[in-house]
Amino acid sequence: MLKKPRRILFLILILTVAAFYLDLPIIKFKGVELSHPKINTRIFKRDLEPKLGLDLAGGVQLTMSADMTNIEPQDRDTALGSAKDIVENRINSLGVAEPVIQTAKTQSQYRLIVEIPGISDIDQAVSIVKKTAHLEFQIIKADAPPEATYAATPEYFEASGLTGKDLKRATAAPSQDPQSPGYVVNLEFNSEGAKKLEEITTNNLEKPMAMYLDDQPISWPPPIIKAVITDGNAQITGGFTSQQAKQLAIQLNAGALPVPLNIESQTRIGPTIGTDSIQKSLFATAVGLVSVAIFMIVCYRVLGIFAVAALCIYTLIVFAIFKIIPVTLTLAGIAGFVLSIGMAVDANILIFERIKEELRWGKPKHDAFFTGFDRAWSSIRDSNVSSLITTAILFNFGTGSIRGFALTLAIGILVSMFSAITVTRTFIRVFWVRKIE
Amino acid sequence: MNLIKYRNWFFVLSLLVIIPGVIALSTWRLKLGIDFAGGTLWEIKFTQKEKVERDEIHNFFVQEQVEASSVAQTSDNSALVRMKVTDEAKINDLKTKLNSNFGETEDVRLETVGPVVSKELAQKAFIAVAISILAIVLYITWAFRQVPKPASSIAFGICTIIALIHDVIVVVGIFAILGHFFAIEVDSLFITALLTVIGFSVHDTIVVFDRIRENLKKHGDFPFEEVVNHSLLQTMGRSLSTSLTVVFVLLALLLFGGASIRNFVLALLVGIISGTYSSIFSASPLLVVWQNLKLRNKK
Repeated sequence: MLKKPRRILFLILILTVAAFYLDLPIIKFKGVELSHPKINTRIFKRDLEPKLGLDLAGGVQLTMSADMTNIEPQDRDTALGSAKDIVENRINSLGVAEPVIQTAKTQSQYRLIVEIPGISDIDQAVSIVKKTAHLEFQIIKADAPPEATYAATPEYFEASGLTGKDLKRATAAPSQDPQSPGYVVNLEFNSEGAKKLEEITTNNLEKPMAMYLDDQPISWPPPIIKAVITDGNAQITGGFTSQQAKQLAIQLNAGALPVPLNIESQTRIGPTIGTDSIQKSLFATAVGLVSVAIFMIVCYRVLGIFAVAALCIYTLIVFAIFKIIPVTLTLAGIAGFVLSIGMAVDANILIFERIKEELRWGKPKHDAFFTGFDRAWSSIRDSNVSSLITTAILFNFGTGSIRGFALTLAIGILVSMFSAITVTRTFIRVFWVRKIE
Repeated sequence: MNLIKYRNWFFVLSLLVIIPGVIALSTWRLKLGIDFAGGTLWEIKFTQKEKVERDEIHNFFVQEQVEASSVAQTSDNSALVRMKVTDEAKINDLKTKLNSNFGETEDVRLETVGPVVSKELAQKAFIAVAISILAIVLYITWAFRQVPKPASSIAFGICTIIALIHDVIVVVGIFAILGHFFAIEVDSLFITALLTVIGFSVHDTIVVFDRIRENLKKHGDFPFEEVVNHSLLQTMGRSLSTSLTVVFVLLALLLFGGASIRNFVLALLVGIISGTYSSIFSASPLLVVWQNLKLRNKK
């Protein structure tokens, strides 16, 4: 009878230490570095850094509707999917951390939701995503004078039939050729593009091929076709710097968008407001926790201390779960977490009030303790189930910050059932009830 | 102490809050944020100026012939401007002009919600509130299915819902009043707050009802009214303690948390206080009223 609670206490301790280890921020002190672990196995990979949402990190969120009027109904899902891939490529070429690109389909609306946290040049991101430019590859006119090949003036060029639709993607990469160092741009064409490219390169060997984005030439003077390309993989060399190659790749990718995207709603949050919000909400959370702790100890004395200890364990575990899932923290999410502290304490209050009552009725400490837990359970269960129902509905219907709130609140409620019941119960059994037995 | 005896006073007190709220709601409506109404919200921080007057900014937008429906100061050197849906190019144009008039500025936040999205969101919010109310009624009726005579599980379910609707109306009504006098807007976070209040209100009511159920099993021979009153007094300590802790936490968020969740926390605070009140002073007395009506009909 006495052995079992001790064993549970031991398990709780292990869990607490594990959660504490996962929660550790990176601390450097006198050359010693303390930090949380990084999980890196084949199936499960987590860097365990806290993830911050747009309102905390700053950044851009765009909701765009895809104009599907020119796409056959059966092709629309594919078109949206490839638009997503392209937008993803474009954003990745910006080199920002962890963009989120989602597709959403409601009735007749096809949408693309893009979230780019932590970027500083907001305008650039918006213009890159928004761009639905038409990319065209042009070749020199058949009747152009021979010197046009080298002078390369725009009026001697005409459409080659090869367009952005044929291009799968363009990527910038460091040059593998020691003869021409710097960066190159690799072009990958689809099967139709490969066929066209083979024909063009065969007929125009050693002639320039210009690229036009919305009728504006890019990368002028145009590159010269050096070989017949049959496999649809072309490379533009020219001793680019990394920046130039990246820029060119971005511009080429910009032309490959299959459906026009219209911005329906957008949010831009400057980087300074985030830092400010983090500090404020951390402070608010701390004040909330401390005031709850004081209240509990004043009202319930020894029992209150157990509840506060359980509350600390609760906070550690919840934060560890946030890092493992990982939950993207937003202001509303933090509010959900702080609110769940209140609910976690509620379970304890229910139990303690009951124990007090039972003691008042003259029951011995031991009996009062057990009936207190037993009788309070049905209230705790029913009330938490109804809260979980609301969080589930919020999660299903909400978007963005509402989902964050629902998720953190639900995790909080579930963990609180464990901390308020199992953890406090064990503490009381080991440290309080045992004494008088 | 007999709380149930004073039940009519408690109902009157509720009505004193609810009636002005309902009148405000029907005359002024809620002030809808851009989430629901569509539009552009722009928070500008003036980095070169220590202090900017609201009227200066307002006049600037009037001069530029931008229909700014509201200009509000968020701190000494920043302002929140709400206007009709405005595109990126226009914003950049305005920004250049702002910079030349007021010195360097920084976009703290720029939000644009188009009409399609806002309409969808409003629909979704309505459905979410309706479904959660329904789901909770079903759960309560199920959870209290074995409630001993003379009470019925339907009565428990319906009284919970009345208490819940009481809280929703209190919060919505107060926000209609706040919206009219202080231009506080209702956004999707408000709906979140409302749903959380629904969850809490039920949470509170269940605790009281759970005790009534337990006492009915133990002391079924006592008059119903006495059993309810006794249960109320027993759970009062817990109800107040819990509400106090939640109120502490919310006050901390309201005073020290970020400005962007202030209205959200305010809605929660109003709702939690109303929820505690209604679980003690509305739901249980209503249960007694229900029971008395049933008895009278039998006679």
